[in-house]
Formats: sequence, C-alpha cells, structure tokens
Amino acid sequence: MTAPREPGWQRLDPRMLAVTPLRQLVGFLPFIVVVLVIGIGQDLGGRLYGLLTGVLIVLLAGMLRWFTTRFRITSDRVELRSGLLFRSARSVPRDRIRSVDVTAGLAHRLFRLSVVKIGTGERTDSGESRELTLDAISSVEADRVRQRLLDPADAAQVESSGVTVAPAANELAALKWSWLRFAPLTTSSLVALGAVAGTFGQLISDVGADAVDVGGVRERLTTAPLWLGLAVLAMLVLMVALVGSVLIFVESWWGFRLVREPGGTLRIRRGLLTTRSVSLEERRLRGIAVVEPPLLRVGRGARTVAVATGLGGRRGHGRGILLPPAPRSEAHRVSGAVLCEYPSPTAAALLRHPPVALRRRVVRATLPVLAGSVGLWVAPVPAWTGWAALGLLPVTVLLAVDAYRNLGHALTSRYLVTRYGAGARSTVALQRSGVIGWTVSQSLFQRWAGLVTVTASTAAGHGGYPVIDVPVADGLAIAERAVPGLLVPFLQHDAVVAARTH
Amino acid sequence: MTAPGTQPATSEPLRLRPPRHRVSPRAITWWTTQAALEVAAVLAPLAVAIVVWTEARPWLIPITVVVVVIGLGYLLVMPRWRFRVHRWETTDDAVYTSAGWINQEWRVAPMSRIQTVDTERGPLQQLFGLATVTVTTASAAGALRLAGLDHVVADDLVEQLTETTQATPGDAT
Repeated sequence: MTAPREPGWQRLDPRMLAVTPLRQLVGFLPFIVVVLVIGIGQDLGGRLYGLLTGVLIVLLAGMLRWFTTRFRITSDRVELRSGLLFRSARSVPRDRIRSVDVTAGLAHRLFRLSVVKIGTGERTDSGESRELTLDAISSVEADRVRQRLLDPADAAQVESSGVTVAPAANELAALKWSWLRFAPLTTSSLVALGAVAGTFGQLISDVGADAVDVGGVRERLTTAPLWLGLAVLAMLVLMVALVGSVLIFVESWWGFRLVREPGGTLRIRRGLLTTRSVSLEERRLRGIAVVEPPLLRVGRGARTVAVATGLGGRRGHGRGILLPPAPRSEAHRVSGAVLCEYPSPTAAALLRHPPVALRRRVVRATLPVLAGSVGLWVAPVPAWTGWAALGLLPVTVLLAVDAYRNLGHALTSRYLVTRYGAGARSTVALQRSGVIGWTVSQSLFQRWAGLVTVTASTAAGHGGYPVIDVPVADGLAIAERAVPGLLVPFLQHDAVVAARTH
Repeated sequence: MTAPGTQPATSEPLRLRPPRHRVSPRAITWWTTQAALEVAAVLAPLAVAIVVWTEARPWLIPITVVVVVIGLGYLLVMPRWRFRVHRWETTDDAVYTSAGWINQEWRVAPMSRIQTVDTERGPLQQLFGLATVTVTTASAAGALRLAGLDHVVADDLVEQLTETTQATPGDAT
C-alpha cells in the first residue's frame, strides 16, 4: 500500500458539484410543486422559507459528499473513503473484482460523467451486494479505470505512460432493428401497462375526480353497448403495451454491441438515455443459456444469458444478459461466438428422455385437475365450476406434452447441454470443467419409474442445472462421462455385485 | 441412448452404491423426538378445540383420530427409514452423502471445491450427543448436510476436511 509508484488519492470529478444538486433538485420538483400549490392562500412565506432551508441542507450534504470522497487504485487494491460524520472506508482487493460496470444517466451524460460500479460478486447474507461505486468520474477516466481494473496484466506491470491504445476489439453481435418486433413479446409490455395504469390512477386521485365517473363516462357506458366498451378498452390496453414495450426496448438496447476485448473480457454497451456498459471476464464464464420465455418462444425469439460466477446471485441476474430479445438462430449463433464453439453447443442435437417421463408429466397435469373438479362437484358450489375446472385439462395436458418435448440433454467435447421447461424453455450449455459436484435425486414416483434427476452443481448462475427424468444408469453415465473420475468410486455395476457374491 | 462421441451403454445397469458410513443410531431417537414435537404441535390446538368447542366435537374428533393415526405412522416409519438412507463417506478426493426417506438424494462434492465446513448442534442434538456437519461449495444450489452424526465423529470429520481443503489452492469456483 506504500509502494512508491502508486498514485495518491483522487477526488471524484469536480463537475459532480453541479450534477448532484441538479439531480437532487429534479428529484425534489414534485415535492416543491405540491408544497407551493397546496400552500397557496395559507402561510405561503413560512412554507417557502422552510422549503428553501430544506433544499439548501440537502444541496450542502450533496456537495459535502464530493469534498469528503476520495478513492485510489493501487496495484493490489481499490480503496474508497467517504463521509464526514459517518466515515466509511471500503477496500477491495484487485483479484476479488469480478465486474466493472459503467453507467451514465441523463444528468451525468450532460456533463460527460460516468458512474463506475466495481463488483466483487460476493453474496452476503443480507442480500446486499458489496459494490464499490465511484459516482462519478469523467467518462474518459471511467473507461481508463475499467480497462485497468479488468486487465490482469495491469496489476503486475509498472504504470504505463499515458493512455495505451487498445487493440481492436472483436464484435460478436450488434443490434438489428428488425429485432424490435420481439419487444411486445417481452415482459416490458406488462411494465408499460403497469406504469400507465399507475400514472393514470395517481392522476385521478390527485385531481380528486371520482374514478368511476370521469366526464360522465358512467352515463355513456350505460348507453353504449357493453361489447363496444370492452373492445375499446382492449384496444387501449393493446396500444399501450405495444408502444410502451417498443419505447422501453429502444431505450434499453439503443446502440447495443457485444464485443470481445483483448485481455479476455466480454463487453456489452447499450442504452439511449442512460448508457450502460457491462464487462464480464471470460474466465468467469462457466457456460451459456438460451432462454425462451413463453411469448417470445411463440414468436421464435430467444435471449442469450451468460452463466458466469460473480454476477452477484439472484439480484445480479439481469447482468448476465448478453443479447436483446432476438431470433432464436441469432441467440444460438451468439452463444457459439461467446464460447468460441462452432456450432454452438446450445444448438446441439439433444437426446430425448424416455417415454415414461411423458407419462409422469401427463399424470401430474391430469390428476390435480380431476381431483379439483371432483372436489368442486362434491362441494356445495354450482356444478358448472366443476366443469370449468375440467376445461383446464387440455391446457395442462398440452403443457405436460410440451414439458416432455423440451426435455433433452447432450454431451459435447467440452459442454454438458441440458434443456427443460414447460411453456418457457431453457437450453443450458455448461462447461464440463465448471461442474463442481453432482446431486442425484429421486422421488418415490421416480423410483417406481426407474428415473433420476441429475443436477450438475456450478459456482455460476442458478448454482445447479438439472438433467431431469433420465433412466438411473443413463443419468449416472452422463455424470461420469461429463466429469471423468469424480463419480467412479461411488458407482457399481449390478452384474459386478452379482459376480462377487457367486 | 447412444450419441456420437459417447461410449456405448454398458450392458450391466449402473447404479450408485450407498456411502460407507451410517449416521449415529441415536439419530433415530433424535428424528423421533423431532417428529413427536411436530405431531404434538398439530394435535395440541385440536385437543384444545375439542375441550372448548363442544358443538364441533362430531367432526373434530374424527379429524383428530385421523391426525393421530397419520402422526403415529410418521413417528414410527420416518426415523427408521431415514436411518437406512442417511449415509456418508469421504475419500481423498470427494465427499459423498445420501439423505432423505420418501424422496432421496445423493450428493458428491470434490474436495478441491469445498469452501467451508461448519458444525451445528441444536438443543435436541446436544441432548443426544449428535451434530450436523454442513459442507458448502461455491454453488448456490445448496450444501451437503450430514445430519445426526455422533459429535465426536463430526469433530474428527470437520478437522480432517478443514485440513484437506486448506491444502488445496484456488478459490474453488
């Protein structure tokens, strides 16, 4: 920590002195408006002074943050000190750094600043991710910090003079605007609906109107035919979902590029208003998943998600996303490009699971529905509820058949590939060298059917990826072949046992 | 079930052999006590209701009888079944466990991937001289739990595992 070549402590960018108050004022705007509007006719002066002191205190606190915050990057750690009354000092060893993300919101971009988040991927019990945030430094400096922290050679070598010219990066994927057609098929359409409904409700309650009778809607509703009202409502909902999801897509994925940088880093850059840059070290990569949520799957679209360690558990789940919703073939192509495997293991021909797995799924889909229907018929409720419950049967059976058809697995020279899911479908290619253990589980019904579920444990992603419902011998053979030697001491051939006893 | 690049399936069916060591026989008592407490927790409110709420007795008493029968069955079957299934073994390279009763699970973790080894002794386990050893790896999908070991055996195991894993370099991911 006292090596002579190490640069001293640095402050955040002085432009933060302008950005912080600006952002805080914008945040305060609704509050100020409310106080002023409601305050009219009452003690306006008093309110104004109260407001002003409040705003002033917050502004001062924001400025104080700049004066008290210092950081430095040495050859073996990153340190951040901040606070006046409550001092905090954070220090992260360089070899624990798993990710360096750079984001810039509107206010930051106006002043050419960027926020750098240095993640260690630790999973603390409280679920809080131990990140170190530099909010903010100039965008040029941010990029330099990012490159320095992710370059494994940097920690060893003496500080190079000036900015090193980075060698050309290799582009793996870039946005095609035809992918916009997948936007309405994602959950962002629901987000848009929720946002509009929320704002609308807020507006109504703010204006103080009776939500049920705005502008005599009730009267018009009773005179107009019901189907017309429903049709108009449905159209409205559809429009909002469509437009909203397209807007969200454009904001999130504008200028999307996935590149492989020299030094073994995958970098995703995207964003229209807020720009984001996520960097992922390739040596943290344990595999890749092609995920097809139900709607996207209907439109023959898919996402590509990295299975990597140090993404910060469930909270960091979105950080592994390598591709916007895109055609399935593109998702597989990018998977292959990221793994440097052609063709992609995610597109490998998979082995089907035995028909008894289909039987299990159909039974599981049928019995609860039948039991529910019978229950409703016996219970003191109208008989049609029982019939309605029975009407679910085709849906659940279809899902069961789909779940069976999705089951599959394969072993390639370097990857274990498994596919599963009902409605939604996931195809995961896991590095065989990234498997850190096995779990073989068998329920009572699986035992009767002679099946097992073999789960490969890994330090990345969900922590384990299952090969569901395979015959016992096949499941164990997969595990043994995928990681030779690990399972062998615990396996036995039934015939060998028989021979020994003779 | 043969794919290109894989060996042909062997003619003899492959299966997992049970791990070498059983857990302590006192684990049966421990599991029985636990089950008894669980059953009692269900029965107590029912008993109170039968005493207090006289008009409900015609349907409360049959329910209670059913609960008692199921509870007794659980109490008698579960601990013995578990004792037959719960086993563990360590080799120079791996930890191997089996657990469960109706649903069973076998887990293997290589020594080189073990991150922490913990011992845990609840009040009941202390009473019966037992301990649970938890072996965690970097995987978020769950640790290997060796429940109901004799506490002396557990201490030795923890010591042995800690020594082995400390000798292994790397961050085990």
